Amino acid sequence: MIEMNAVNKWYGKNFQVLKDCSLKVAKGEVIVVCGPSGSGKSTLIKTVNGLEPINSGDITVDGVSITAKKTNLDKMRSSIGMVFQNFELFPHMNVTDNIKIGQLKVLGRSDEAASEKAAELLERVDLTEHAQKYPSQLSGGQQQRVAIARGLAMEPKAMLFDEPTSALDPEMINEVLDVMVSLAGEGMTMMVVTHEMGFARKVADRVVFMDFGEIVEDAKSDDFFGSPRSARAQEFLSKILNH
Amino acid sequence: MNYNWDWGILFRDPYAGWILDGLGWTLVISLLAWVIAFTLGSILGVFRTTSSPVLRAIGTCYVELFRNIPILVQLFLWYFVFPELLPDDWGRWVKRDMPAPALTTAIVALGLYTASRVCEQVRSGIEAVGVGQRQAGRAIGMTEPQVYRYILLPNAYRIIIPPLTSEFLTIFKQSSLALTIGVVELTAMTRQIEEYTFQGFEAFTAATIVYSLVTFTVMMLMRILDKRTALPGTFSHGAT
Ligand SMILES: Nc1ncnc2c1ncn2[C@@H]1O[C@H](COP(=O)(O)OP(=O)(O)OP(=O)(O)O)[C@@H](O)[C@H]1O
Ligand SMILES: [Mg+2]
Repeated sequence: MIEMNAVNKWYGKNFQVLKDCSLKVAKGEVIVVCGPSGSGKSTLIKTVNGLEPINSGDITVDGVSITAKKTNLDKMRSSIGMVFQNFELFPHMNVTDNIKIGQLKVLGRSDEAASEKAAELLERVDLTEHAQKYPSQLSGGQQQRVAIARGLAMEPKAMLFDEPTSALDPEMINEVLDVMVSLAGEGMTMMVVTHEMGFARKVADRVVFMDFGEIVEDAKSDDFFGSPRSARAQEFLSKILNH
Repeated sequence: MNYNWDWGILFRDPYAGWILDGLGWTLVISLLAWVIAFTLGSILGVFRTTSSPVLRAIGTCYVELFRNIPILVQLFLWYFVFPELLPDDWGRWVKRDMPAPALTTAIVALGLYTASRVCEQVRSGIEAVGVGQRQAGRAIGMTEPQVYRYILLPNAYRIIIPPLTSEFLTIFKQSSLALTIGVVELTAMTRQIEEYTFQGFEAFTAATIVYSLVTFTVMMLMRILDKRTALPGTFSHGAT
């Protein structure tokens, strides 16, 4: 479903943020991307839907290259959901409108169809009674669930998550992870940047470990947690699991 | 001092009418110049924050050019110099034949100058809304214009209501510069009353009060707008 081939990206002339990154996510697969702060995880995941342009290499999603000139990137993006660390709900719209706006303006659905879809998704993330509230009136965990619903409203082929729980208070992490676990259970293709190793162990098919812009390790999650091959991944795991 | 106070002059024909006429022209200059400044300034502010290097450069050049030349100099350049640079026919039209040449020039000059200031306010508003919002919009498949229309601008304008209010009040005060090219707006009318009646104190006191009343009204209206557009769960700006 997602395929990255020898992707390189520089910020300026001297700083290479992604070094020869190659990666495959099959349909229905869940992969977790982890690694130290600044290793390039956010940059990597944002290249998948073209939010971050790349300097060389190729990325295809569902067989369509995002680097090819003739590809309609906007259309492509609408078929890949993305959830951000800081939720990024639209503050001037209530919860329902946040979920409707993409359906109305990008997919061209009727107001009725969009409202119906929004209600269905709000039920699914258990926020029906907050449908008319504004983002600033919700807790972090609730906001992030709305953000997931906003992505799902576009009926995406895959979902990208960039540290979806790291801005949350501990007691709200699970309500978001639960939604993600159930999505994975339904066969959604997911690429998740996270340090939630419990989640990785439970639902990830593979774990990708990044350091200094390189994909250092790409292993089945049992193997990764059993005995990571690289010293850097071992060190990272021991730090994170001791917390 | 041997000054004959006569406040009654302000209510007497034709002077009361002159003050009202002057106020009328002052409002016409300010409002029309504001329409130009707000429209052009918004477009340029968007230009300065887009992904297109060409548009960004256009925005930057405009701001550098118009913001750094004093408004009075710009007014004179448009009125006295600009027509000379045009082909003869056009120059004559701008100087003489177009409707109300001095008034039009004053409106355009003030509008173009203030556009550079509005541009900077709009730009800073858009930047304050943030890269994350832009990415969130793009991520659901919106085009760049859609992101501006539905996400960045509605939030940016809310943020910059107070500085835009002061830009408008600045235009309103600077509209008095139009008298230097012969537009008989409020300040010019006041001077005219002084010349006719020698009651300068009364006339200028009246003008001061009228300017203050309009300023006060604008501030109240903008405060209401600020409250009306404030998002639930957030605070509006309060005093501007
Ligand atoms: N726009 C930019 N210009 C220059 N450098 C950048 C830019 N964005 C990110 N970087 C740098 O690129 C590197 C990778 O950033 P990235 O955000 O992808 O890391 P990350 O692995 O997601 O880290 P974190 O865990 O802190 O989110 C960092 O060193 C960062 O400082
Ligand atoms: Mg990151």
